[in-house]
Parts: sequence; structure tokens; C-alpha cells
Amino acid sequence: MSDLLYYIIAGVLTLGVLAGIAMMSRVERSSKGNRLSAVCMALAVLVTVYRYQLISDAGLWIAMALGAALSLMGARRVKMIEMPQAVALLNGFGGVASAIVGAMELANPSVISGFSTATAGLAVLVGTLTLTGSLVAAFKLQGLMKQQPHIWPAHTAITILSLAVSALPVVLMTIGLPVGWTTALCFMASGLFGVAFAARVGGADMPITISLLNSFSGVAAGIAGLAIADPLLVAIGGIVGASGLLLTQIMCRAMNRSLMDILLGKTTVLTHHTNAVPWDVSHKYGIPAEDGADGEALIGSEEPETNLSELMREAKRIIIVPGYGMALAQAQGLVKNIADKFEADGKEVKYAIHPVAGRMPGHMNILLAEVDVPYDQLYEMDDINPEFERCDVAIVIGANDVVNPAANTAEGTPIYGMPILHVEKAKHLILCNYDTKPGYSGVDNPLYLKSHKITLLLGDAKDTLAGLLAEL
Amino acid sequence: MHPIILLLIFIVSSLVGYKLIANVPSLLHTPLMSGMNALSGVTLLSALAATGAAVAFGSRVFGFLAIILATINIVGGFNVTARMLSLFKRKEKAK
Repeated sequence: MSDLLYYIIAGVLTLGVLAGIAMMSRVERSSKGNRLSAVCMALAVLVTVYRYQLISDAGLWIAMALGAALSLMGARRVKMIEMPQAVALLNGFGGVASAIVGAMELANPSVISGFSTATAGLAVLVGTLTLTGSLVAAFKLQGLMKQQPHIWPAHTAITILSLAVSALPVVLMTIGLPVGWTTALCFMASGLFGVAFAARVGGADMPITISLLNSFSGVAAGIAGLAIADPLLVAIGGIVGASGLLLTQIMCRAMNRSLMDILLGKTTVLTHHTNAVPWDVSHKYGIPAEDGADGEALIGSEEPETNLSELMREAKRIIIVPGYGMALAQAQGLVKNIADKFEADGKEVKYAIHPVAGRMPGHMNILLAEVDVPYDQLYEMDDINPEFERCDVAIVIGANDVVNPAANTAEGTPIYGMPILHVEKAKHLILCNYDTKPGYSGVDNPLYLKSHKITLLLGDAKDTLAGLLAEL
Repeated sequence: MHPIILLLIFIVSSLVGYKLIANVPSLLHTPLMSGMNALSGVTLLSALAATGAAVAFGSRVFGFLAIILATINIVGGFNVTARMLSLFKRKEKAK
């Protein structure tokens, strides 16, 4: 196959992949878009095998068959709540594959140009840190490691130093030093960097880490493409890198954090419990305080139960705000049952989805789609926020920081400035949470203060929702 | 292919990809990410080329490892994406 022909084919396949991505902008066409991308990749593999005349190399086919069989076994079994760690793991695999290719290129005596050496070295660097970072993220999400930020002594120094020591061998091999020990050093230092940066990120910041690692795995593939001068790899690697970066930006904005803060570990939550919310907060938010309310957090619902069922019976518009707590309690099915009951009575039900609800971008949507919640009832934050004023009852299930009005006022706390769902504007609010402790950010939630427009149902979401369902 | 052209391809595809991906609603961000993840397995092409050219036994072994891992990435990625996308139903169909 002539190079020109390959370049044309590579161009067509890249366009195919881009068309597949464009089709992901609408749900109806998204499955077809995914299939189109998959077909393009399969064609790319066949073209590559033909181009390098590898058809008779049985080992390659066996390796691909083995990989396909292994991944199908895993992919069929993974649960939707485990999707973040599954994606992290797959990211790591792609990253390390690129790193290995980089190392093979360096070991190849026919590679002499400085550009190839530098890019192959970079592929080792980015690929390895993608692997180790993804493994740490996956372990944390799977509960094999503690979710809290792990902070070592001199963590920032280790992070910066390991990155510098990973970059140094790439420079050294480019200017002509032996590739053997420089590659080994690069592997070790970048591996350490991946661990150092992922270890410090806590559970709720995972969406940012996963997006970033996704970007890295694409960049690693793109750099490997530069090393072997393959335009198809370069193009697709670039697309994936950009996509991961965009999602990282969206997640950072939704959490009001800068990327540098995440990388340098300034994501840590409040180390000491501060009372970020003044007791007179109920006035500030227009939450009418009950007579004699002294600002103590309400423990358990003091509302007579008849009130609650009456309230729900009379409500016309209902907004459900699901958080990760709902997913942890596996209460999605009950949420859907409650919504069904409301709808059967002719009420309007909408779901408000915060961008960082869950452990990866868009995670909450698939958790709800899994229990057959129609996707046209799922609303993004900006679309649903103006509707809280008009809604009769908002039901918050296992969400805390993303509905915490303190984000608007409590300066100096981790959530200050974070966009939130304005549930406090609803005519009545039902909060189903495990306890009244502050959320992941460590900032008190003024919604837990005594107020007659707020009903607090504490305990496991499965139990409280079952109770709620019985009221209907 | 000249390095400058390759770098240009990298930049242009990143920009075009960025534009297209910005249109994807947050509703689909998880399947988008797993789909992109599958695409990052495109490094399989370079693993195939490098392994096919390798003669030393050690290089072949590493090459096979890279092929297996990249294939897991691609096949697994597209598979979980398809599974997730099949979950999304409109109201009429959900009933």
C-alpha cells in the first residue's frame, strides 16, 4: 500500500470517527454514532495489518482475540455504578499500551531521528503516568484504597520532583544518551508521578481525575503516533485528548476548582470542621424559621406524618434531586417507583442533575436510565434552576454539597462559588439524607436548620424512600 | 510524514474534536467518555506495527502485551458505551 493511499484512508477513517462523535450530540443517534466509531476502528486495524503485511503473523491475531475475549467478559459484567472505575481501568490499559510502544520504538535500532526519540520518550512518560494514575483512581473507586486524599510527607515536592525526573531522561535520550537506563528512569519516575497525583485526590473530586486521565490516554496515543509517524493515530489521539480536556474543564467549573489546584492537591476538604453557616442563616435564605427555632440542626422529622402525605398529594410540580448517596444506597428503583406514583396522579415530575453528581461526568444520568427513568425527564442544572421557584415539592435524595446554599455565601470554604441546584427556592423541601453531617466539603448545610418548609428524613435512602412511598 | 505535518494534524484534530464534543449534552457525558476511552485504544495500530517489525523475543512479548491491553481498551470501551446508550429511553418507550 502506498503511503499516499494510507493517508487518504486515514483521513476518511478520522472523518468517520468525527461523524460518530457528532452523532453523540443527540440521544437518538448516539448508538449509531458509537457503532460508526467502532467500525472505523475495526477498519483501521485491518488496514494496518494489510499495510505492514502482517496477515500471516498468527501471534498478533491470537493476542487481539485474547484481548477481545477478556474485555467482553468484563464489559458484560460491569455494573453501572462501577462504570467510573471500569473506565479508569480501560484508560490505564490504553495508556500502558502506548508506553510499551514508545519503549519498543526506543529499543528499535533503526529509529535515529531526534523527533522520533523525543516523542517515543514522551509516549513512555504520558502512558506510564496514565497507567499508575488510573490504577490508583480505580482502586479508590472500587474501595480497595481509602477514598480520602492520601497525603504523604512532602507530597508536593515528590509530585513536582517525580515529574521533573520523568522529563529529564526524555531530554537526555533526545540529545543522544543511551536509551536503556533513560527509558527505565522515565518509566519509574512517571509511574511515581501518576501515583502521587492520583493518591491526593479524594472521592468527590474523582470526576476531574478521570476526565484528566482520559485526556492523557488520548495524548499518549497521539504521541505514540508521532513517534511512528502514523497520521491516523495522531488525529484520533488528538481528538481524545481534547475531549478529556473539555470534560475536565466542565468538571472544574462545576466544582469551582482550578486544574492546577487539583494537580497540586489543593482539593483537600476543610481539615477542621468550621461553622461556615451563621445561625441566622434561615433569614438570609428566606427560609421561614419555626417558632423558637434556636438554630439546632433538626434531628429526625418532627413533622406529623399526615402533613407529609397531604403535602405530596396536593403537590402539582415535583422536582427530584438525586445525589451519589442515592446511588450508594441503591435506591434508584425506589425513586422511580415514587415518581411513577406521582405521575399516575397526574403530577409533573422532573429530575435535576448536577454536573458533578456521581463519580464521573454524567454518571447520575446512566444510573437513572438504568432503572428506566426516561431521559427527557432529566434536566441539567442551568435548565432546571429557574423551575425550583414554581415547584411545589423538591425531594433531595443523598445530595448535600450540590444543594448547599452556603456555596453562595460561605467565603473561604471549599464550595464557595460552586454553582448549586437552588432547592431552597422550592415551596417545600424533603431532604432524604443519611445524617445531618456536612457533605464531602465539610461545610455545614443551612438546609438542615429547623424550618417548617423543610422535612428532614434521616437514614438509609432505601428505608426513608420506602416510608415516603407508603405515604403516597 | 514530516514531523511538522504530523504536529499540525494533532492540533487540527484536537480543535475539531473539541468543537464537536462541546455539542454533546451532559446527559451523555459518561458514554461519551467511555467512547473516547475506546478510541484511545487506537494505539493498537502502533502496537501491531511495532510488534510485526520486532524480531527479538523480548520485544515480541512486550508487543503482544501491548496488543492485548489495547484490544481490551477498544473492545471493552465500545461495549460498555453501547450498553449505556441502550439504557436511554424516551418517555413513551419507557412505559
